[in-house]
Amino acid sequence: MTMPFTHKKDEVRATGTLEARTPGDQAVQVLLYVIIALVALACVLPFIYVVAGSFATERELTERPFFLIPQDVSLNAYQYILKQGDVFRGLKNSVIVTVIGTLINMFVSCTIAYPLSRPYLKGRNGFINMVIVTMLFTGGMVPAYIMVVNVLHLGNTYWALWLPTAMSAFNMIIIKNYFQGIPMELEEAAIIDGSNDLITFVRIILPLSAPVLASVSLFYAVSHWNSYFNAMLYINNSDMEVITIVLRRLVFLTTQVAEDSTFDWGAAGMPPIKAVKMATTVLSTLPILCIYPFVQKFFTQGVMVGSVKG
Amino acid sequence: MAQTAAVKQSKANARAQKQLGHNTWRKAFMQHYWLYIMMLPALLYMIIFNYLPMTGLYMAFTDFSPFNGDTILESVFGSPFAGLKYFKKLFTGPDFWTLFRNTLSISLANLFFAFPAPIILALILNELRCKWFKRTAQTLVYIPHFVSIVIVAALTFQMFSTTDGAIYHVLTQIFGANAPDLLSDPKLFPTLIVGQNIWKETGYGTIIYLAALSSVDVQLYEAAKIDGAGRWQLMWHVTLPAIRGTIVLMLIMKVGQLLNTSYEQIFLMQNSMNRAASDVFDTYVYTKGITGGQYSLATATGLFKSTISMLMVVTANKIAKLFGESGLY
Repeated sequence: MTMPFTHKKDEVRATGTLEARTPGDQAVQVLLYVIIALVALACVLPFIYVVAGSFATERELTERPFFLIPQDVSLNAYQYILKQGDVFRGLKNSVIVTVIGTLINMFVSCTIAYPLSRPYLKGRNGFINMVIVTMLFTGGMVPAYIMVVNVLHLGNTYWALWLPTAMSAFNMIIIKNYFQGIPMELEEAAIIDGSNDLITFVRIILPLSAPVLASVSLFYAVSHWNSYFNAMLYINNSDMEVITIVLRRLVFLTTQVAEDSTFDWGAAGMPPIKAVKMATTVLSTLPILCIYPFVQKFFTQGVMVGSVKG
Repeated sequence: MAQTAAVKQSKANARAQKQLGHNTWRKAFMQHYWLYIMMLPALLYMIIFNYLPMTGLYMAFTDFSPFNGDTILESVFGSPFAGLKYFKKLFTGPDFWTLFRNTLSISLANLFFAFPAPIILALILNELRCKWFKRTAQTLVYIPHFVSIVIVAALTFQMFSTTDGAIYHVLTQIFGANAPDLLSDPKLFPTLIVGQNIWKETGYGTIIYLAALSSVDVQLYEAAKIDGAGRWQLMWHVTLPAIRGTIVLMLIMKVGQLLNTSYEQIFLMQNSMNRAASDVFDTYVYTKGITGGQYSLATATGLFKSTISMLMVVTANKIAKLFGESGLY
């Protein structure tokens, strides 16, 4: 990239040192720190509020509009969720969908990313264009729905959540670009030793690609864990509900908690309607937030690799 | 005589070339058969879930009915041809301009407000000198990207509900009875959607710009400082040019998405009160097609939408290349 660095020379004025800072400069710097602090707070405050609210009594939730530490700790919401079972079933189903779905994603993506990363692959441009077309144009919702439900008969199976999203062209290209950056010499050495393409891929390329595999796995896992629309479209068996569906049902649709008479809500006498919503939100966010710190250093790298075109 | 010889020669050449081509394909396959075998799962995937559904777009030009054939495929390809009937129905229908206006107002608002947000945030983060503060802030601002849109919707309801929303409560302190009801006022629907997007994606969106910013040669800054550039001049003449390519790239992608509203999000935030502003092409396809069974109309709508999107990406890419940027492909 060329830097359009055509500064007007006549505007040069002498400054003392390079690090010279005027009071105005310092004020701006302080302001920037304040802005960033506020933005960061805005990102996490809702979560903290929801965690606090999930442990609060229903009375406190109705009376106090906002708090970060509940006055009286109540476990009613979690007890309800434990006994009632929908949320944990949803979590279990989501784990199944996410783990197997991500494995399928990684298998399908890596196995095409490697051939496409080889410059000597005959027909490479054609195959790459085939991928790019899928990014630019789609058949839309209805033909896809017909394919899944009427042609392949995948309705009410998890295959309907795994197969239509088996590969994301974007994520595949991230992996492909990373493979491209691995020095060819390593591969050539293996070929001299009599290795074929498959063995080279498994023994040499994959072990060298841990960072990109980790970050792309995270992208896929997150999108499975969070996916909502496909589950709504294709699954209508309540035993197979994933967590996002349970969450939507509990938060938006029903008054289930209030009507459930099998629970005794103790001295307060109020069913923890709001607290259950909040506790469900907490439980469905928790798994991602637990994995997040471990993969954070990888995914920034992954996004950056993906931004290099190939 | 001489001519026929020449013709013969050129034919032989062509044959040889063809054979050569054939041979190199065969040779390529013999040499690297594993590479081709490895591609099979993904190729199959793309054919089944991307390319075959594209043929289903034929439904947009027929009077589709599930009873027009014994199997679904017979119905899809055997329904009577209807030409542009469903496109006419879409364009002249009473809903079209409402859908068009709603879709565009949401996505243009996204373009004007949600698109620059990560650039601004990245520029600010880039100015911070305190390392640990910067790193902590980055960790925190990426978090919303990783939570489900269902959770974002749930949080929005918990914050803005007129009965017990924490932020709504603050708003009533400021505006009194006129406090904006974000959840049901149709006028505020684009604000609601764009606000959610800004909250969810701004932090994460900075990664790609920060990456571009970190590759700027420090010497450029030093040289500019010697030339007497102030903070704003540095930003204008050094920092922004350095990320211009990235900005253009992201802009092209966004332009291609102008008719694609995130239907999961809109579907979740839609209710009977804000329907006037929240019916967009995507929800229309869903309600007409999947729940209403009008496959031809829904497919025609989808085709209209993806064609416009594709044209816009291609045009934006062309324009970017005219201005000397590298473009998307």
